[in-house]
This record gives sequence, C-alpha cells and structure tokens, in this order.
Amino acid sequence: MGISVTHISKSYKNVKALQDISFEVKSGEIFGLIGPDGAGKTTLFRILTTLLIANEGSATVAGFDVVEDYKKIRNSVGYMPGKFSLYQDLTVEENLNFFATIFGTTIEENYDLIKEIYVQIEPFKNRRAGKLSGGMKQKLALCCALIHKPKVLFLDEPTTGVDPVSRKEFWDMLKRLQQKNITILVSTPYMDEAALCDRIALIQHGKIMEIDTPEAIVKHYPKQIYNVRANNMYQLITSLNSYEHKHSVYPFGEFVHYTDTRADFNPNVLAQYLESNNLSKVEIAKTVATIEDTFMELAK
Amino acid sequence: MNNNKVIQVEGLTKIFGDFTAVNAITFDVEKGEIFGFLGANGAGKTTAMKMLIGISNPTSGKAQVAGFDVFTHAEDIKKNIGYMSQKFALYDDLTVKENITFFGGIYGLSRKRIKEKSAVLIAELGLEKVANKLVGSLPLGWKQKLSFSVSLLHNPKIVFLDEPTGGVDPITRRQFWEMIYKAADQGTTVFVTTHYMDEAEYCNRVSIMVNGKIEALDTPKKLKEQFKANTMNDVFLKLARG
Repeated sequence: MGISVTHISKSYKNVKALQDISFEVKSGEIFGLIGPDGAGKTTLFRILTTLLIANEGSATVAGFDVVEDYKKIRNSVGYMPGKFSLYQDLTVEENLNFFATIFGTTIEENYDLIKEIYVQIEPFKNRRAGKLSGGMKQKLALCCALIHKPKVLFLDEPTTGVDPVSRKEFWDMLKRLQQKNITILVSTPYMDEAALCDRIALIQHGKIMEIDTPEAIVKHYPKQIYNVRANNMYQLITSLNSYEHKHSVYPFGEFVHYTDTRADFNPNVLAQYLESNNLSKVEIAKTVATIEDTFMELAK
Repeated sequence: MNNNKVIQVEGLTKIFGDFTAVNAITFDVEKGEIFGFLGANGAGKTTAMKMLIGISNPTSGKAQVAGFDVFTHAEDIKKNIGYMSQKFALYDDLTVKENITFFGGIYGLSRKRIKEKSAVLIAELGLEKVANKLVGSLPLGWKQKLSFSVSLLHNPKIVFLDEPTGGVDPITRRQFWEMIYKAADQGTTVFVTTHYMDEAEYCNRVSIMVNGKIEALDTPKKLKEQFKANTMNDVFLKLARG
C-alpha cells in the first residue's frame, strides 16, 4: 500500500481544515487531490509528510505510521511543497548536493532517476536557484525531491501558475516516474489535470466529495448538459440565469454549459426564450460532462 | 488617434542588457474589448504589461494607453487605468471597508463618493457580513472578486488583470468572469492574462507571446481555424512548443 488515510480530521482554532478524510493510494498509483485554494490539500500533505499532527484519525505512508514512524517516513518520501522551498542563495548544483547529502546519498547514486529532468537545468547548474525562471525552479525542486529515490512522492500544486506547455511537460515527467514504481500524490486546482491521474479525490471545504477514476467521476454526472452559444456572451449568461427552469449555468470556453430542471426539456423552447431576449445566432447542442462540471455540481 | 482604440502599441521593445524581453510588439485594443494576453512563463508578458501600465520605460517603440503616451505621460496612464494581480491585490491587515476607503483615497475619490461606492460594492458582492473583517481572513475567491471591484472604483477606461483567477475554485472563477463581462458590457476595456485556456475562449481577441514576440493575434475562433486545433489549449501548445 502506498498511502492509507483513515478518518483524519484537523482544525486550526475555529477553522475545520480537514473533516473525516479517508482514502487509499495503491503502490505505483498517481492519485490526484483536486480542489481549489483553501480546500485543505496542503494540510493533508503536511500531515502525511509528518510535519503536522492530525487531531483525529490515523495514516500510513509506505507502510509506516505518520506519528509512530515519522523518521522512517521522512527517509522514504519526497515532498515538493507548493511554495518554492529550496535555498535561493545556493546554485542549482549546490541545492541538489545539499539534499543528497542530507539523505546520505550522492547525486551519482540515483542520477538515473533524475537524469531526464536534470539535463534540462544542467546548463544552469552554476546559477543561483533564486535567479531561475518559474519552470526551471519547478524542475530543480522535483530533482531535489527525488534525489534519495523515495517510494512515495508528494507534490503540492506543482503546476499552479505554470503555463500550459510546462504543465504538459511536467505531467509527462510524472508518468515516467510512475513507470519506476514511485507512488505519487499530487494536488492541483486545474481540473484538466485530473484526467491524467489514475484516481482522484474531489475536495472542497476540508471534505472529500467523491473518489473514483476520472472516467467514472464524469459518468456519475446526473444531468444532460447542453452547449449553448449566442452572439453576446454576457447577455446569454444573464438571460440563462434568469430563466425559470435553469438548474445550472456555467461559461465553458466558447459555450455556456446549461442544465435544465425539467425531465422533458426541449431545446427549441429555450432557443425561443433566448431569441425573445434579443439574442441571435442561438445554438444549443448536447455535450458530455467534464470533471469541472462534476466538481461544480457537487460543490453547489 | 482613433478614439475607439484605447491601447495602441507599435514596435514596443524592452531590452535588459543583452536580453530582449519584449521584441517589437504591435497591436491595438478597442474600447469595451476583452483582450487576452497569453504566453508561456518567461515569454515577456509581465514586462510588456509593466510598460503599458506606466511603471517600466520601454527601450524603443511607441505605445498609447487610454490616450496617453507611455514615455511622456505615465502618471496620467496610472490615473486612468485599474490594475489587479494575483500577487498583490489588497491589504490583508485592513478590513474590507478600510481597503475600499484606502484605494478610493489613492484614486482621489471624495469621501462622499467613497461612502456611496463602498455601500454599492459591498452589497453587489454580498459582503455585508464581513465588511468589518480583515481581508486576510477571507477565502481567496472573495478577495479576488473584491480586488477586481476595487480596481474599478475610479471608473478606469481600462483594467489590467494579471492572472486574476489562479487557484480559485471553478464556480468563483466563473463568477469572476461574469464580472469581467459586465464591466466590458459597460464599456470598460479588459486586458487579461491567464494560464487557464478555457478562459482564453472568453476573450474577444487573444494574443500569444513566444520569446518576446506576439506570434498570433485573433479571435479564439479564427486562431483555432488557423492552427487547425479544437481548443485554445491545442493552439497554445502548437505555438509555444514550436
């Protein structure tokens, strides 16, 4: 078992950061914690990496208890926090050497594991970490988290604020690490990244709303969603929001995702309503749910 | 100058030492337009935006923002634009009301006007219950919506938004965009950067910067046709990978 979390709760003063969280991550799995800022993702990471003690519940990581065996966990996991936490005044190479030494290893010993990532930052190995671009910092942080060949890798929002190209490269790297039998727990606010995980937990306000494979989660969506488009986006949203039979109205790229409360919904009737609200070029077509639709429906 | 063009940029360039951060970019933005300014990290977006809001001097080129020249009238630009970024938005140690009062004062609004504006703004955002709470205690999504409203306090001609929705939950992210649509509908020009490619679709036109240059600029629909892509994400990947 990679990670096992049983009825974990954690409060800060009067804020319930985590409420009765339970889930399991299989060995070699990429498991995603999907939720917005403030959902409790970081608190959970800190508990699992033994930096914080839960008020209730228990958890094991790589077979070790997070409280009893915390020292063993620290030797067998890699943690990349959301905030850049390397030494800004040390160079790329010095940071990597430092982390290798702390864990009683050398860069050479596990070079295999980091090679693909490290070659991309190696041209800058004498540059101070603080002077690196966002994408390069992220790669260095991942190298430092991997240098002692961890069994479990914790990545807290590794791609927040990162552009789509670098995000895609980062996920390609994670897939390759998975091939080397590393268990990965990763959090992200980007719903499109959820589809890249083996299984995901949707989390909001400290509670897990659903756990399943990305494919199964979108299948559970309870309603038929329609793509609606018209000549004016703002008027379209306003009109749909004031329509008496609307269930949900969410802009999605060039369309609005619309669901209706009625079982016998007729798109032509909606089109007439929109046209009577001075909208033109109205198009309504069925579409399938995405993870983001599911998340919003559950969070409603 | 065409009165409908609130931003006019021609050959705008910024060079740091031997590095050309922004390389002769040229584009216009029209009144009431939602203009998406995209690019990979390090492509030069922030540097370009800093020149447009009057806090960084261009090396060469021309730019007029809200009718003022960035070289000679940077102070006038600052008075006529709103700015909001994810990194700096509001003062965490001031309450909601204090933040509004503070920024209203900075923008030169009268006390009476600030009082009226505060009441309207707090009611519109549904913040009545937390009006006297410290901004630091609010959820990120609320802060971002409040911050956007504050950037519009002085009825600027243009509002610059630098990754306004990063990390915000999907529902709040959409509420935020409804606010953007509303502002644009009322004639405010919106200049926005984002890493969410679905948000790029919400823009009237989108420019994509690669290595300091604008490599593409058009409506999302035309960009998708041009790059034979189904989504803006694919357009972005094709261009920025290139």
